[in-house]
Amino acid sequence: MNGPATDTPAGASPEALLASIDAARGQGLAAVAAAATSDELTQVESTLFGRKAALGQIKQGLGSLPPDQRAAVGRALNEAQQDLRAAHAEAADELAASARREQLQREWLDLTETPPGPERGHLHLVTQTTERLEDVFVGMGFTVSEGPQAETDWYNFEALNLPAAHPARSMWDTLYLDLGERTELGDGEGGEASNVVLRTHTSPVQIRVMEVQPPPIYTICPGRVFRRDTADASHMPVFHQIEGLVVDRGISFADLAGTLEEFTSAYFGKAISSRLRPSYFPFTEPSAEFDITCVICEGAGCQTCQRTGWIELGGCGMVHPNVLANCGIDFEEWTGFAFGFGIDRLALMRHGIDDLRDMYTNDIRFLGQF
Amino acid sequence: MKVLLNWLREFAPIEGDPAELADHLSDLGMAVEEMRVLPSLDGVVVARVAGLRPHPEADRIQLVDVELPGSPGEGTDGALQVCCGAFNMSVGDLVPLATIGATMPDGMQISERRMRGQLSQGMCCSAAELELGADAEGIMILPSEFELGAPLMSQLGLAGDVLYDLEVNPNRPDAMSAAGVARDLAARLGVPFRIPAPVVSETGEDISTVASVEIIDADLCGRFGVRVIRDVSIGQSPLWMQARLTLCGMRPINSVVDVSNYVMLELGTPNHTYDLALVPGGHLGTRRSAGGERLVTLDGSEREMLRGDGLIVDRDDRPIGISGVMGGENTEIGDSTTAVLLELAWWDRLSISRTSQRLGLRSEASMRFERGTDHELVPIALDRFCELLDRVTPGGVSVCRGRLDGRGDLPSTTRVRVRPARMSHLLGRSFSADELRGLLDPIGLQCTVADDGVLEVTIPSFRPDVVTETDVAEEVARHYGYQRLGRTVPRSPEPGRLTPAQRLRRELRRVLVGAGLSEAMPNPFLAPDAVRQAGIDGAEPVRLLNPLATEESVLRPSLLPGLIAAAAYNSSHRNDSVSLFEIGVVFGPPTARGGDVAAPDMTAAAVLPIETEHLGAIWAGGEAADAVHLTELIATAFGLHLSLTNANDLDGMHPVRAAQVLLDGQPVGVVGEVDPVVCERHGLSQRCAWLHANVEPLLAAASASAERPYQLVSTYPSSDIDLAFAVPDGVQASQVRSTLLASGGDELRSVELFDIYRGDQMDPGTRSLAYRLRLQADDRTLTDEQVADIRQRCIDAVEHAHSAVLR
Repeated sequence: MNGPATDTPAGASPEALLASIDAARGQGLAAVAAAATSDELTQVESTLFGRKAALGQIKQGLGSLPPDQRAAVGRALNEAQQDLRAAHAEAADELAASARREQLQREWLDLTETPPGPERGHLHLVTQTTERLEDVFVGMGFTVSEGPQAETDWYNFEALNLPAAHPARSMWDTLYLDLGERTELGDGEGGEASNVVLRTHTSPVQIRVMEVQPPPIYTICPGRVFRRDTADASHMPVFHQIEGLVVDRGISFADLAGTLEEFTSAYFGKAISSRLRPSYFPFTEPSAEFDITCVICEGAGCQTCQRTGWIELGGCGMVHPNVLANCGIDFEEWTGFAFGFGIDRLALMRHGIDDLRDMYTNDIRFLGQF
Repeated sequence: MKVLLNWLREFAPIEGDPAELADHLSDLGMAVEEMRVLPSLDGVVVARVAGLRPHPEADRIQLVDVELPGSPGEGTDGALQVCCGAFNMSVGDLVPLATIGATMPDGMQISERRMRGQLSQGMCCSAAELELGADAEGIMILPSEFELGAPLMSQLGLAGDVLYDLEVNPNRPDAMSAAGVARDLAARLGVPFRIPAPVVSETGEDISTVASVEIIDADLCGRFGVRVIRDVSIGQSPLWMQARLTLCGMRPINSVVDVSNYVMLELGTPNHTYDLALVPGGHLGTRRSAGGERLVTLDGSEREMLRGDGLIVDRDDRPIGISGVMGGENTEIGDSTTAVLLELAWWDRLSISRTSQRLGLRSEASMRFERGTDHELVPIALDRFCELLDRVTPGGVSVCRGRLDGRGDLPSTTRVRVRPARMSHLLGRSFSADELRGLLDPIGLQCTVADDGVLEVTIPSFRPDVVTETDVAEEVARHYGYQRLGRTVPRSPEPGRLTPAQRLRRELRRVLVGAGLSEAMPNPFLAPDAVRQAGIDGAEPVRLLNPLATEESVLRPSLLPGLIAAAAYNSSHRNDSVSLFEIGVVFGPPTARGGDVAAPDMTAAAVLPIETEHLGAIWAGGEAADAVHLTELIATAFGLHLSLTNANDLDGMHPVRAAQVLLDGQPVGVVGEVDPVVCERHGLSQRCAWLHANVEPLLAAASASAERPYQLVSTYPSSDIDLAFAVPDGVQASQVRSTLLASGGDELRSVELFDIYRGDQMDPGTRSLAYRLRLQADDRTLTDEQVADIRQRCIDAVEHAHSAVLR
């Protein structure tokens, strides 16, 4: 490796020095090129740079040249050194990159054989549906109200214009609680006010809201309700309802129809519209059934809607003056409307579930689908 | 309720497409649940029985020679030969014949076929087979005046008729009759409506000589009308009447009962008939029972009266019927009856409702009385009965002269002031007084307009449900058309939003879902045993008074029974290692909720069960650590100070793998593993991790914490020190941690338990707990001396407080 340059005697002619510089550069470049690994490259470094390297020695002899010749030789020397450093740096980068490539190749993974990782759970369909409904109504300016599930007869019936022995009470099969002192069931005379029932609708929440909040009121009451119904494909003793209540100055039946239409298109989409038909509820007057375009056939008529093009969704109407009066609201100054429908059925409709009971088996194969 | 279009047409000239009429009916609030255009029964014709011959091969079938003009057949003398399983006809009878090619109501097509080798060229039909009556035993024998060879339906007057099944709302007593439905529909169509006046020829003696009526309790019975009809012969009613009754859902029985039902369906006036011979002196009285009286009703059951029940009594005060509900067997019409005492009364609605519900006797009659019948129809309906019975009885009947008309307390005529401005306000459309009158007059709500523009509306006796101005608004809306009223959207003055608790509850559900749990909704009703099976021995759960089943007779005091059952259900269906959660209400012992009961007359002691919303989470095949990690996750997610303190022998939990969850030091729940005994009882062989916490304080704290101020992030270097202590088992790791945090001062930023060691190198009853402490100041770099100082403080505090030794 230490070629002719080392043999160059001090005090050689400039021409000879230039020749040995050239030779040293050539040897250096060859050595750099020959290094196959970063380690080998490190080993040749001392032969390229430093005082003992060929160019280093020539540099030491530079002082013996006459000053007028030093510049040219010095320049050549610097150029040669720069060439070597550049070649060395390039080779070092190249070798490092190549070593890294090799190392990464050894880290090969089959990503398709990754074992299962942590799972995400699923919200119950009833929760998902309730939240969707809440979101639509919140967007329409409603708040969300809640209340107890066990209620006094007053909140569940009487305040809603359903006094004791009202025939319409038979519209609900009611579950009563046994709280010790009372034993008489529903329809007996007297003592009813102190009966405790599991709420048959979320309407008691409306009463509670009206009792404490002066109008204007724009609220919905979603929640769990109870009926003494044997479970079958479309009934459960425990299910979920959402009701809405608006009490404000100048509220009319047209406001009810408009609000339900706005809800219908917001929740079901523009293709679905709503209609109202006369009906009867003790707590509203006028009362109406609330139908929507059949979501399956979009009104063309199919088995689901019994070829009518409409599906009955729920009940609604103008809040009965007696109900407002029971809550201490002056029904000449304030009027209102209320509506209600089932949440569970909306979930069934959206996902094509035939049997309501499937939603309550808590089977992960059901829950995990949504 | 079922009505026939041709029947409606007897009251008003109702024309139009049946489907459009159905839309009108629905739009008027009488929802058409089913519309049936009666089968034309093409090919079912009137034929004559020309001969009867035994079937050579079969006893239960006979061969009938049926004469049908223009249809030569294979029977005797060129008649059609029909095999028939009925034997009730005689030669010469007219019968309905379904000819070859005819389609029966059930879809069966009649074709020529052989029965036991004999040709049958059609089918003789029973009333049931044609869906025109109840009788399925014999062939219909048609009246002799029917035209031979003519289509049966036209001969019965049913050709082209339409049957509507209407859903009638409880506030529409008027719509419980053909006449009432016709009135509403006629008003909508703008055609005149009229109840034809019945024609009765009174040929008998004066009624007062044979019958009397006495209303003892005037509040029970408002009106009690009586007619007496003699020369009655009980027989079958004519086929047209039977057909109408059958189509409207009533079973034809005999001429008197059929006429009684026909009048009820037509006018909405239930009525009752007595055999005059069985009622001493023809005297009918009505009063409330004092209780304890017994009566065998028409259905053969003995009924005991309660105080207040309405009774019909005879001259000797003997009960012979339950007012408006059911008559007694002792005065029942029979085949030998020749004189009928007809009762047509108006009863107090609530009395009938109470008695019929109590006795479980809901009949077509009681249904109508409960809603309220029209007392002004009493004389008309009495006469209609006589007119019809006369018409359907061969040779006619003899009606006694006059009616008895007993009066009790009748509701006075209601007059309602209706302000056009209020109507407009309520309905969102401007109505003039004239417009209102135009809508109300045709349905019998008579309007007069006062000077101030206010209408005085007189409510007819058939609309007892209309009492207030608002009730009138519904009538206006109904007849104007709900769909024609406008649609406007009111705007809340406040923006809509969820409360912080509602928002955070949603957030909590998402944290749980993110942690891999799925939301279950177990039944909140439990068997009393299920509570014990889940290891919960606390206070008695709240019981239902009228549960559907024992398995659903108490309210859950905890979410554990439901969730462990759900986990077990999944396990038994090979859904292994499910993790489920629920956020739901649990019910505690009843407590007076003073102050939140606003009912004016209610005792303040309205006792209601305590409801608290809980979170339950279960991991089948999980360990306590799963539940603890979730607790920590919740604490982190909501910025809560949750800590644990070990607790033994908690309800339903592993005796020594359980802890209480504390929120700012107050217990809010439990965490750990379910008692393995409880798991085994549910068929779960795996361990189950369990978390149960009261959501309300968590959400309240989360709501407060949501506003927490920013803690400066220090830019100065931090130092970590590791401390390992030998700690007696009786000391909880959390206690050591608390001590470290309390003694480290402001500069102690975090304490992490990073190693636990039990084994040979430790004294029995102790374990090594290694903590990494991170120290940092906000305003300077801590010096080595300061770090050493804090370290020593921490060591001293732990060794002093917990009998621990630094290792």
